[in-house]
Amino acid sequence: MWFFKTPEIVFGEDALSYLEQLEGRRAFVITDPEVRRLGLVKPVEDRLRRAGLDVHVFDAVQPNPSIRMVRIGADVVRAFNPDWIVAVGGGSVIDAAKAIWVLFERPDLDPLAISPMEPLGIRRRARLIAIPTTSGTGSEVTWAIVLTDPEARRKLGVGSRENMPDIAIVDPAMVMGLPPRLTADTGMDALSHAVEGYVSTWRNPFSDAMCLHAARLVFAYLPRAYRNGAGDPEARTQMHLAATMAGIGFGNAMVGLAHSLGHALGARFDVPHGRAVGLFLPYVIEFNARAASDRYADLARAIGLPGPDGPEAAWRLSRAVLELLEALEQPQTIAACGIPRDDFEADLPTLVEYALEDPSTLTNPRAPTTEEVEHLFLYAYEGRMVDF
Amino acid sequence: MGILFPSDAWIKALMEEINRSPGYAEAARNWEGDFYFVVEPDGPLTKPVVFYMDLWHGRCREASQVDDESAKTPAYRMSAPYSVWKQVIQGKLDPIQALVTGRIRLRGNMVNIMRNVRAARELVLCCVRVPTDFIG
Repeated sequence: MWFFKTPEIVFGEDALSYLEQLEGRRAFVITDPEVRRLGLVKPVEDRLRRAGLDVHVFDAVQPNPSIRMVRIGADVVRAFNPDWIVAVGGGSVIDAAKAIWVLFERPDLDPLAISPMEPLGIRRRARLIAIPTTSGTGSEVTWAIVLTDPEARRKLGVGSRENMPDIAIVDPAMVMGLPPRLTADTGMDALSHAVEGYVSTWRNPFSDAMCLHAARLVFAYLPRAYRNGAGDPEARTQMHLAATMAGIGFGNAMVGLAHSLGHALGARFDVPHGRAVGLFLPYVIEFNARAASDRYADLARAIGLPGPDGPEAAWRLSRAVLELLEALEQPQTIAACGIPRDDFEADLPTLVEYALEDPSTLTNPRAPTTEEVEHLFLYAYEGRMVDF
Repeated sequence: MGILFPSDAWIKALMEEINRSPGYAEAARNWEGDFYFVVEPDGPLTKPVVFYMDLWHGRCREASQVDDESAKTPAYRMSAPYSVWKQVIQGKLDPIQALVTGRIRLRGNMVNIMRNVRAARELVLCCVRVPTDFIG
């Protein structure tokens, strides 16, 4: 038995106008100061008001939302008592909104106890709409919540199927002006979702379809979106859809070791999430080459890389990812992220511990040992091809 | 010839397997918490069977079949029908997936559980290594 779960997805040009059809009394918009400064919240507010809703904007979400921040958000939302919560932003904003929503409905709950193993009983007071302003996170269509413990410099994954947004509004207008670096970082996140979701031990035919097509779209359109930005609306639109598809795919199949390593590195050295997971993706493909060769062969064929099956297909795919990173001017090694060797080595035991304990490690097609995780970090620091 | 599941001999064999496992010792080195594992009647099993396990920092300090579930108040209670446990022990069912889909039900402090999923997997790998005969 398994599930395939998605929100209602409203997509395409002017998808935002769907907000005018909402029925309710009060909408609580959750965002961050930068998204608001860029003018992306105003059209959301306007449409909600046109639907006759009172609107309150909470723009205090910071990157890598902390447990403390979501508790503050929950206090504010409780005072406003909305029937809609509307998240406008990237992964941090949408993840924070999911946690704030759960705490609004379940003030008794420790956010770290949000799990798929216990019923939450939410949606008694409000429902959640997610409007992504980046093309990568997929958080608009998943139930995953990543919170950060700033004291331990650690990312913690929680979530329940119940806290998946009710509606995802995937409007390309919200990402037309995305800066090139953010386009590259978030685009690599989308690719990592597609590739890791496709080889995950929890994969299924429904997630396969989403991951495979998302990978195709990312290879075809991410370099164009990065180079041309708003001058290439087709690339922007296709990347926005690819990110959501990859989100649906991995949201129903989980991810793998590139995410575990990326979460650890991101939390310890403040590397943006998409940059960190994208960096590790080729190394993890090589590490998994024998365990998932047929799956990587499917992916290689899907993106137009002909050649023999078996582990060679994985190595072809790994090279294609490295070439994509180069085209996007993204770091291909940990050293290239500007992390000094001494700092990296001093932190290596913690990085290894966090990666091993990350739930994403459980669904990687090859279960790594402690030594193998350490080697993966070291190889990724130096940019060596994985040979173990 | 394996050990019959569910039985007191089986849970004691699992305790030995856990205490031999470096993988479990490492993954569960921070774990503190005892469990009831409840095997619910299903198929050839006509009465519930309850196992108690005291898991502490990568070791199993005690394991036994209990006749009276009210005798102890462990931190966690995990329950599933016999056929589901059989699939888990045979390595045919991912226990985390079974928890997520509700085929195995878990009660207790979820904060600790969410931080120790790797320990749960190592525990199941120990189960798989116990030579087991099933009642049907």
